[in-house]
Amino acid sequence: MDDDRVFRALADPNRRRLLDRLCDRNGQTLGQLCESMDMTRQSVTQHLGLLEQANLISTVRRGREKLHFINPVPLYEVYARWIRKFEEGRLGLLHDIKQELERNGN
Amino acid sequence: MTDKSASFIYVTFIRTTPEKVFDAITRPEVSRRYWDHENVSDDWRPGSDWQHIKVKEARTVELVGKVIESDPPRRLVISWANESQKDDPDQYSRVTYDIEPKGDMVKLTVSHEELQPGSGMLKGISEGWPIVLSSMKSFLETGQGLNI
Repeated sequence: MDDDRVFRALADPNRRRLLDRLCDRNGQTLGQLCESMDMTRQSVTQHLGLLEQANLISTVRRGREKLHFINPVPLYEVYARWIRKFEEGRLGLLHDIKQELERNGN
Repeated sequence: MTDKSASFIYVTFIRTTPEKVFDAITRPEVSRRYWDHENVSDDWRPGSDWQHIKVKEARTVELVGKVIESDPPRRLVISWANESQKDDPDQYSRVTYDIEPKGDMVKLTVSHEELQPGSGMLKGISEGWPIVLSSMKSFLETGQGLNI
């Protein structure tokens, strides 16, 4: 269920761009994020809302400002579940091929 | 003045209790099972020292600091520096663990603040926290940490 939200949130180029902006500079306000996005404040707010629901960003109030921080923890979970597993398979396969070739060489 | 303006905030939702999350952070026999490190302090009370000790490699002390605030099982604030830089106050950053129940889950927020932009510590923690928190979640929910 959490994975679905993460994949859905990542399926939009504007939301990926917002994550890139926060990766470049963490802890930005809505106003700062709007400056670098070619879209209305309202749309940016909606995209940020979806990213927050997917737990890809978190927000903190500092005085009158609300700061947005990228939260890569769910990305790492997706990596561990959906990427690393297959990489390990491929490394295992290489290992098997090497063993097989070396055995035949003798 | 040293620029210590960089900060990160990490959030994970874990299906467990606040007590178990607090234990996972502060009890060495638990943290070693998902972190490969033990977090060790005599009592985790404000003013006490804490150390982050690698379980393998002859138990090297990698990080040191002091407990700044402690309110088990909801909140823990500690200072944090490389053991090799422990004599330089500018090298200390601050880590806050906030633990809030949310329905049948616990929301764990780790705020790592007062980091120097471009520092090795910043690079290290920004790679490390997502792995450690994913592993903690996996350990508390399934009994098995990730291979980190």
